[in-house]
Amino acid sequence: MADDQFPVTRWSVIDAVKSEDSAEQARALDTLFAAYWKPVYKYVRLRWNQPAQDAQDLTQGFFVEALERELLAKYEPAKSRLRTYLRLCVDSFVMNQEKAARRQKRGGNATRVALDFQAAEGELTGATINAASIPSRESLEEFFEKEWVRSLFAIAVEDLRKFCVERVRERTFRIFEDYDLSGDPEISYDRLAAEYAIPVTDVTNALSWARREFRRIALERLRELCGSDEEYRREARAVFGSDAA
Amino acid sequence: MKFLSDKAVDRLRQNVNVPDLSGTRYQLLERVARGGMGVVYAALDEMLDRRVALKVLDVPVADGDLARRLNREARVLARLEHPGIVPVHDVGTLSDGRVFYAMKFVEGQRLDKHIETVTSLPDRLRLFLRICDAVAFAHARGVLHRDLKPANVMVGAFGEVLVMDWGLAKILREQSAAVPEEDPEATILHAPKLIDGPADAAQATQITGQGTVLGTPGYMSPEQASGDIARLDERSDIYSLGALLRFLFTPPATANSNLRWRQDKALEAICAKATENEPANRYASVSDLSADLSRYLDGLPVSAQKESLLDKALRFYRRYTVPILLIAAYLIVRTLILLFFHR
Repeated sequence: MADDQFPVTRWSVIDAVKSEDSAEQARALDTLFAAYWKPVYKYVRLRWNQPAQDAQDLTQGFFVEALERELLAKYEPAKSRLRTYLRLCVDSFVMNQEKAARRQKRGGNATRVALDFQAAEGELTGATINAASIPSRESLEEFFEKEWVRSLFAIAVEDLRKFCVERVRERTFRIFEDYDLSGDPEISYDRLAAEYAIPVTDVTNALSWARREFRRIALERLRELCGSDEEYRREARAVFGSDAA
Repeated sequence: MKFLSDKAVDRLRQNVNVPDLSGTRYQLLERVARGGMGVVYAALDEMLDRRVALKVLDVPVADGDLARRLNREARVLARLEHPGIVPVHDVGTLSDGRVFYAMKFVEGQRLDKHIETVTSLPDRLRLFLRICDAVAFAHARGVLHRDLKPANVMVGAFGEVLVMDWGLAKILREQSAAVPEEDPEATILHAPKLIDGPADAAQATQITGQGTVLGTPGYMSPEQASGDIARLDERSDIYSLGALLRFLFTPPATANSNLRWRQDKALEAICAKATENEPANRYASVSDLSADLSRYLDGLPVSAQKESLLDKALRFYRRYTVPILLIAAYLIVRTLILLFFHR
């Protein structure tokens, strides 16, 4: 089992961005962008009612500013969750940008980060998110949290896929994908067993293994995105604890 | 990267949370409730063929020292053998690193639900006294509960009162004679203080840094809320009991007329003393609180209240209402008869 373990205990991004090691710093920022850019983009679109192009500029601009102004280094875990802090930073950034936009063209000569906005826009305008059902500021906060969880899970699923490939367990990942990610209400262990021509117990074992690994990977990722153990446990509860039946 | 629909996210959350009990003696039956630190499931103990409650913590225990302490605390709590305390049968770790406790499965209602059917104030207070008995027993064994609230008390099908969720308990060092000296830490669990976020409902158990457990807003003592671990002692639980007592005798705003009993200065005084901000001004022990409440139930003066003459008269009247009314009726009749024959 030890052989199957995912690399453990990475640095928290909060610690890593303060590191002297530029590679470690870059990795931390990559991790942060990967987890947050979609929630930030969608939040800007809905909360600030920005057109797609402006929201893209603002999202890019926000992360560039986060780098330049060392926003992460200023984050204090004892005061709030990292995602709450970032959301408030986004609000503040957008407000400032709206003022500045009157004076100069937004995003003038800023560095741009490569982000797949087309995919994010597709998700936003797709059937999965109904902007009309997000009327209040509180709902938008929940929306941001929901998008953040979605982003975290998507990263963990991708990590799990790579993990399965490395261990020649692609079939296990496909079973997991078919059962847990498809959203197909008709799917069953029996059907999967028939499709893959394996006993039902193998399906059970594959799912059990994949879920355990997924949970572990997601928690590893979450740990990276938290500033302290306290925040990690609190976020773990928010991510996995909310009324799972 | 694959986009996950809302359904997929929900399904993932649901499926990855279900504890994998392979390798244990338990078979999962159903999810029962969510507690402060984890989810409670009903499970079948296959070895003893009995239903148990499994509390599975949310976060894996990566820290060996923490795991050691968790196991140690479970052993200590298992020694709290009292009819008013839910016994811990077993503790273990799942394959994904999450710790679980196996406890007696209690069939009944949470106190906050149960009291909706208890319309008599004395009956409610007697329920409270039984809670006090359990807490006093734990204190005598050097264990603080630290999260006493209506949701953590169950009333069984036969009226038995059980104090639940000792998972956040703290063992007082100076009284932990039963605990090996080399185990200086006392806290069962470690989890974060809830600072913000919509998920942090007022009923949620709040926890702060290492070794400090905050209870529930409205029920935790000021020293507990401030994370002042060193000051935590029995009087912190007494504060929570005072808040619990207030909950029991304060009818909800929507209560029907049967629940609108009179405001009572003595009862208010007991609550006020139990929930004093300064621990030194509270009852020194749960037994003292119980004794005062028992005196109240018996119509006797309570130590928490300095009675005026009027208060004394009123209490005397309440205690002896029937004899006083009978005597008064007798005197009135007698007077009327005398007046009639002396005309």
